[in-house]
Amino acid sequence: MSHASAHVHAIEPAESPLTPESWGKLGMWIFLAGDAMSFGGLLAGYGALRAGATDWPNPLAVLGINLTAFMTFLLICSSVTMVKALSAIRHGNQQGLRNFLLLTILGGVTFLGLQAYEWTHLITEQQVTFTSNPYGNYLFGTTFFAITGFHGAHVTGGVIYLSLVLLNGMRGRYSAENYSTVENAGLYWHFVDLVWILVFTFVYLIK
Amino acid sequence: MSAMHKEPNYMMVFAALFVLTVLEIGAVYLPIGRVGVGIVLILLALSKASLVAMYFMHLKFEKRTLGIIALTPLILCTLLIIALLPDLTGTPRDSARLRAEQAQQAEAPAAVEAQ
Repeated sequence: MSHASAHVHAIEPAESPLTPESWGKLGMWIFLAGDAMSFGGLLAGYGALRAGATDWPNPLAVLGINLTAFMTFLLICSSVTMVKALSAIRHGNQQGLRNFLLLTILGGVTFLGLQAYEWTHLITEQQVTFTSNPYGNYLFGTTFFAITGFHGAHVTGGVIYLSLVLLNGMRGRYSAENYSTVENAGLYWHFVDLVWILVFTFVYLIK
Repeated sequence: MSAMHKEPNYMMVFAALFVLTVLEIGAVYLPIGRVGVGIVLILLALSKASLVAMYFMHLKFEKRTLGIIALTPLILCTLLIIALLPDLTGTPRDSARLRAEQAQQAEAPAAVEAQ
């Protein structure tokens, strides 16, 4: 930006040399760091319980990966549509913002639907519940439902969050100069995607 | 706006994430042992996670403050894992043994009464 040097001397109230240009973004990052610790605690606890157990079932055999691999793909796609939504409003493209936000929300809703299907199938067909399962250590079900449930709650929260942003977007609240709300919602959404990448590896793939 | 950086090629990042996901699923069947597969899977997952953080969350283009905030949970989680290590070397637990112990405890009072 050619006028960037002028900004260095005229610091806006919401801007200081030590902080990012948006306080909201700083707040979101601090929240995400804390939230990362929640997931970190759950995954570390899962690792400790699993490493201490001698009869842990093979997740690949019990859970299967075709559906979950598709769910992973879906979340990655919804991350791409989210960056496209932000990119659109940065260029002042209102219609692009709405379309890509809607696609992102649809991705999240589909993910939740597939997770509901997966859970139902596990509970009713395979008798894997929070407290017991026929495949081995009972903590397998406990940790599975706790971790994927906590993540699913985050996706639900993200869908609500993005729907509110979309509503505001339809009212024309955002523009090429004012897009930080979209950006912060995007940060949250990408974080949920990032966590799923780790959950997919630790809970579903590692034997 | 300092954030008005040149946009990364998001479709390239998407392609990389897609390829890494396919590699992950393939890696599950590699004949390099359980631990070897585990290490490969964790490395693949970490590279996917950093792609998301660096490009989708723009960490690569942000000021250092945000990078330090993002690094904090990584350091704390490492400490958490170290703190949990003593738990991993203890007596192995399995549900069959747990059930046997519970059954034993349930029988114990009955045995006392019988005497």
